[in-house]
Amino acid sequence: MTAPWAAGEDPKVYPIARSGDLVHIRQAIRALAQQSRLSLVDQTKMITAASELARNTLIYGGGGKVTAGLVSANGRRGVAAVFEDSGPGIPDVDQAMTDGWTSGGGLGLGLSGARRLVDDFRLDTAPGEGTTVSITKWAR
Amino acid sequence: MSERIPILRIGETLLVSVQFDLEDQMVLNLQEDLAEQIVSKAARGVIIDITALEIVDSFVGRMLATVAAISRVLDARTVVVGMRPAVAITLVELGLSLGGVDTALDLEKGLAKLRQPTSSVLR
Amino acid sequence: MAKRDNAADLVGLLSVEGQDLAAAWVREVSASLGSRVGTAELDRELRELYDALVDALQQGATDVHAEQMSEVRALLTELSRNRARQGFSPTETAISVFALKRVLEPVLQEGSGDETRAYLELGRVLDGLGLFTIESYSQTRDEIITAQAEQLLELSTPVVRLWDGVIAVPLVGTLDSARTQVVMEKLLQALVDTGSEQAIIDITGVPAVDTQVAQHLLKTIVAARLMGAECTVSGISPQIAQTIVALGIEFDDIITKASLADALKLALRRSGVDLVAHEGVQR
Repeated sequence: MTAPWAAGEDPKVYPIARSGDLVHIRQAIRALAQQSRLSLVDQTKMITAASELARNTLIYGGGGKVTAGLVSANGRRGVAAVFEDSGPGIPDVDQAMTDGWTSGGGLGLGLSGARRLVDDFRLDTAPGEGTTVSITKWAR
Repeated sequence: MSERIPILRIGETLLVSVQFDLEDQMVLNLQEDLAEQIVSKAARGVIIDITALEIVDSFVGRMLATVAAISRVLDARTVVVGMRPAVAITLVELGLSLGGVDTALDLEKGLAKLRQPTSSVLR
Repeated sequence: MAKRDNAADLVGLLSVEGQDLAAAWVREVSASLGSRVGTAELDRELRELYDALVDALQQGATDVHAEQMSEVRALLTELSRNRARQGFSPTETAISVFALKRVLEPVLQEGSGDETRAYLELGRVLDGLGLFTIESYSQTRDEIITAQAEQLLELSTPVVRLWDGVIAVPLVGTLDSARTQVVMEKLLQALVDTGSEQAIIDITGVPAVDTQVAQHLLKTIVAARLMGAECTVSGISPQIAQTIVALGIEFDDIITKASLADALKLALRRSGVDLVAHEGVQR
């Protein structure tokens, strides 16, 4: 796990099984973003990134889960979310990170767009072994 | 199966006000309903008010662009009104500039925009 | 058990001569600070500290971060904060603590072995407190610097209303990424607050832009468009124009005007206002 979860506040796990779950995840991320005092714009960016990634997990990964919570490092606070699925994985990561490239009829902005919206972005994937995407947004 | 967002009609204009975070299916339903009603109600303009929306991700963004394109094909204009600054910044960062979608600051300015002849931008 | 005795010794060291020691401490510190802190204020500060310290030692605390030292720490934090705000140096701040050692020195000359041991022990405690003082001093300094940087950001990015429905941001000085972002957010919020459909970004006072800043400006303009407002950029200097072209930044979609006046004229025309010059009117 890349995220240094803040002491005393355990991250929560949310399932991503149907499209209705995305609404709950957005709400959960919003609550966390407010708690860690992200600016309004940063809150919006983090929730939007989470929404994109959760939808990826659902559509391309065949569902999975997200672990979200507060993080702290070097005196800064932030929000982190780790999206995991056990789907087919991504064969060509460079291609998947390119703006406008899509395998599923979307706009192809999910991964590359989400990366631009957050401070830390990490993608772990291999064909046949699922995909894990970790994102973090730090308060300024 | 899931709820649908009401579409109001004022004269030749259809008005939709999105008041809460939408499930994907509701977004798709809205797109469908709008296309249908532009034809059945012979509408010339569509206003989508997103003042209350705190988040617009690429899915909703795509719906807005699609509705705008569909309405153009059906000889109507779509104006998206009330996008919040934080939402606009996020959409730009996401890489979604919604080209082809008319926008206005609020409902009143959106209605005014529909009354204007098709935009001839001054430079 | 040994620790308890130890603490008792330390207390003994501090309270043998009672009030006199505190007074001597105040004199010592007052001499090193000159007249920049009022004697009455210093007297109050140090006596409070002195009492808190004796209290803490009585409870057996010998470590700065001990639970019993919390009162001492709070007082020291306040003292360091005040000193930092008043512009004292770290040395001048820490001397307030270390001066107590010097005050106790006479004990060493005539004291027994036990008293010397107690003095050294107390010296260690005071060293810890001194370091703590410097730490909170620099922390306060950092806070002041951060606050000033933020104030500067706020000050340097005014959004002004030029006309009903027309706002402008006159940018002056070097633009960095952080500042441009603040401008971006302020401008967009001002569009909503004033209901303006026209915005002018005037960069006459900006000597240079880099790729990142130009990108931020572009994004602002696209974001404004998403909200239903139009932006015009005015006052682009020849150098900046060259930079933009050299960097290959797409400025095609952006409306630019040479001067703020031209930009205002355009903004007015777009909001349906005509300016008419009356011939023969003298003013």
